[in-house]
Amino acid sequence: MSEEKASLSDERMQAMYRDMLRIRRFEETAFELFENGEVVGGIHVSIGQEACSVGACSTLREDDAILTTHRGHGHSIAKGTRLPEMMAELLGKATGLCHAKGGSMHIADVSKGHYGAHSIVGSNMPMAVGIGLAFHFEGKGQAAVVFFGDGAANEGSFHESVNLASIWKLPVIFFCENNHFASSTRVGYATSVADISARAGGYDIPGVTVDGMDVLAVHEVMVEAVDRARRGLGPSLIEAKTYRYFGHSRKDPQFGPYRTEDEWNEWKAKDPLLVAEEILGVSEAQKKAHLDAVEDELQDALAFARQSPEPEPDDVYEDLYA
Amino acid sequence: MPEVKMRTISYSTAINEALHEEMERDEKVFLMGEDVALSAISPATAGLGDRFGHERVRNTPISELGFTGAAVGAAMAGYRPVLDMRRIDFMMLAIDPIANQAAKLRYMLGGQVSVPLVIRAPEGGYSQNGPTHSQCLEAWFIQVPGLRVIVPSDPADVKGLLKSAIREDNPVLFVEYRSLYSLEGPVPEGDHTEPIGKAAVKKEGADITLIGIGSQARSCLEAAELLAGEGVDAEVVDPRTINPLDVEGLAASVRKTGKCVVAEEGHKSGGVGAEIAASVQEAAFGSLKAPIVRVAALDVPVPVHTKLEAIVLPSTEKIVAAAKKLLA
Ligand SMILES: Cc1ncc(C[n+]2csc(CCOP(=O)(O)OP(=O)(O)O)c2C)c(N)n1
Ligand SMILES: [Mg+2]
Repeated sequence: MSEEKASLSDERMQAMYRDMLRIRRFEETAFELFENGEVVGGIHVSIGQEACSVGACSTLREDDAILTTHRGHGHSIAKGTRLPEMMAELLGKATGLCHAKGGSMHIADVSKGHYGAHSIVGSNMPMAVGIGLAFHFEGKGQAAVVFFGDGAANEGSFHESVNLASIWKLPVIFFCENNHFASSTRVGYATSVADISARAGGYDIPGVTVDGMDVLAVHEVMVEAVDRARRGLGPSLIEAKTYRYFGHSRKDPQFGPYRTEDEWNEWKAKDPLLVAEEILGVSEAQKKAHLDAVEDELQDALAFARQSPEPEPDDVYEDLYA
Repeated sequence: MPEVKMRTISYSTAINEALHEEMERDEKVFLMGEDVALSAISPATAGLGDRFGHERVRNTPISELGFTGAAVGAAMAGYRPVLDMRRIDFMMLAIDPIANQAAKLRYMLGGQVSVPLVIRAPEGGYSQNGPTHSQCLEAWFIQVPGLRVIVPSDPADVKGLLKSAIREDNPVLFVEYRSLYSLEGPVPEGDHTEPIGKAAVKKEGADITLIGIGSQARSCLEAAELLAGEGVDAEVVDPRTINPLDVEGLAASVRKTGKCVVAEEGHKSGGVGAEIAASVQEAAFGSLKAPIVRVAALDVPVPVHTKLEAIVLPSTEKIVAAAKKLLA
C-alpha cells in the first residue's frame, strides 16, 4: 500500500470514488440530453478520464484555482462547481453559470476557484500563469492548476507559459491529460517526444508521467506538485496517460477512422471506475449507495435546469462591460 | 463560343473541387492544417490526403502560429501553400505571420520576394458555437495593406475565386462561410475561375441596392424575394472581394437605385459595411436619396443560446426591415 493511500481516510476515498461516479453519470446524462436536442451548442465529454479530474482536484483547497478546456465537465465537477447551475448552462437557461452566453465549453464557477473552461486550445495556460502570479503576490500558499490536452502541448502558449512560470517560480501546475488524440490526430504523430512530461526538462521544472486511469496514482503525484507550489518552489508538469472513450465532439463517431475497436477495448479494461473500486476498497453495497445518491443529485440538477427560465432578449447586452 | 455546361454542387464540394484541380495543375501547391489529411473531418478537404499523399496534404499539430509562419517561409521559397484554419477564430493565434510578415514582406524587402499563400478561413455563426467559435473577422484584415481578402457567397464563386486565389502571387485571406457549406448552386464544369476584384450583380433591380458580404449576400437574395412580394424591385450586389474592393461596381448600382443597404455577418462598428458605405458615398453621393444603412451583427460577442444568437446576428428579416424603412 502506498504512503499516500495510508494517509487517506476511508471517508475521503469514498468521496473520491463518489466524485468519479458523479462525473461519469453527469457526462452520460449530458450526452443523452445532447442527443435529444436539449443541449444548446456542442459538448465534449470526458468519459474515461475521471481519474485525472478527481485525482488532481482531490488535492486542492477551495481557494486554489483551476482552469480547464473544452473537455472540462469533469474538472469542473471535481473542483466543486455547482451542478444545478452547470446543468442549466448546458440547457441554455438564464440560471446557468454563464447565463447561457458561454455554454458547455466555457463552464466557470469562480466562487469555487474555477476560472473557466476555455475553448481556444492553449489559451488557458498563460492565464494560469497570471493567476499563479496573483497567488504569488498574495502569499497565501494557493496553487493554480491548468488542465490541457496532448494537442494543446504543441501550442506556443504551452512553451511560453511553462518558461514564464519556471523563471518566476510561480505556483502553477501544468496538468496534461494525454488522452492520445487531438481531434483525429494521434499524439504520436503530432508530438516530438514519447512522454510529454519530458518537455519539463527544457524548462528546468519537475516533470512526471502518471497512469491517468489510476485515481490514487494521480492523487499522489499531485500532492507533491501542490506541496512544491505552496512552498514557493515553482511549477510542475504532470502528464496523465488516459483515453477518450467518446468521439471528439458532436460530429465525430466513437471509433472514427483513426482508432480501432480493439484499442478502445484495451483501454476500457482499465476503466478508471473499476480501478478505483478496487484500490479505494469500494464494496458493492457502498457502490450502490453512491449511485443512488448521485442519481438523486443529478435528477435534482436536471429538474432545476429544466424549470429555469430562458434568457431574455435584453440579456444580449448584459455583462459586456464592467 | 462553346456552351458552358453547368451542374449543381454544394459550396463545400466546390471548395473541394478547386483544391483537387489546383493541386493537380500545379505541383507547387500543397496543403497544411489540423486534421486536413483525414477525409472524415471536413467535406472541403475530403479525399485530398488519399489522392495527393501526406507529403502534399500535411496534418499539423495544433500549432497555428508555427504552421502559418512556415507557410510564409515556404511561399517565399517558391511554393504555394494553402492553409486550412478550420475556423477564423483559431487563426487569431497566427496574426503575426499574416499581418506582420506575409502582408509586408514583399514591400519591406523591396520587391525581392512574393508570398503566394492562401489562408482558407471558414467562419461564422448560426450554429450555437458561442463567442469564440462564431466570429466573422474579415474586417480586421482590410486594415492590412498587402493582403487580398476574398468573401465568396455561392458555389460558383467559391470555386472560381479559390482557383484564382491559388494562382495569385499575393497572400490571400480566403474567407468561407460555414453557414453556406451545404448551399447548392450551379457551377460551370471544367476550369472555372472568377476574377479577383470584381463585384457581381446577383439579381438586377431598380428600386434599391442590397449589398451583401458572404453569408449576407445569400440573405440579401432572400430579402429581395420577400421584397418582390411587396412590389419592391431590389438589386443584389456581392462585392466578392473586399481587398481589392470594386467600388465602381457597387457605385454603379447605387447610381441607378439611389438607395442602399449593406449587410454583413461581422460586427457593425468598424466593419466591412462601414468601409463600403464610406467608399460608395464618396463615389456616388450625388445619386443617393438617403443615407446608406448598415445591417450587421450587434456589437456584442455571439452568445451560445439559440435565441440570443439570433438577436445578435443579421438575418433576411432584418435586411427586409432596413430596406422597407429606407423606402418608406
Ligand atoms: C487554437 C485552436 N485551434 C484549434 C481548435 C480546434 N480544436 C478544438 S479541440 C481540438 C483538439 C484538442 O486536443 P487536445 O488538446 O488533446 O484535447 P482533447 O480534445 O483531447 O481533450 C482542436 C484541434 C481550437 N479550439 N483552438
Ligand atoms: Mg487529447
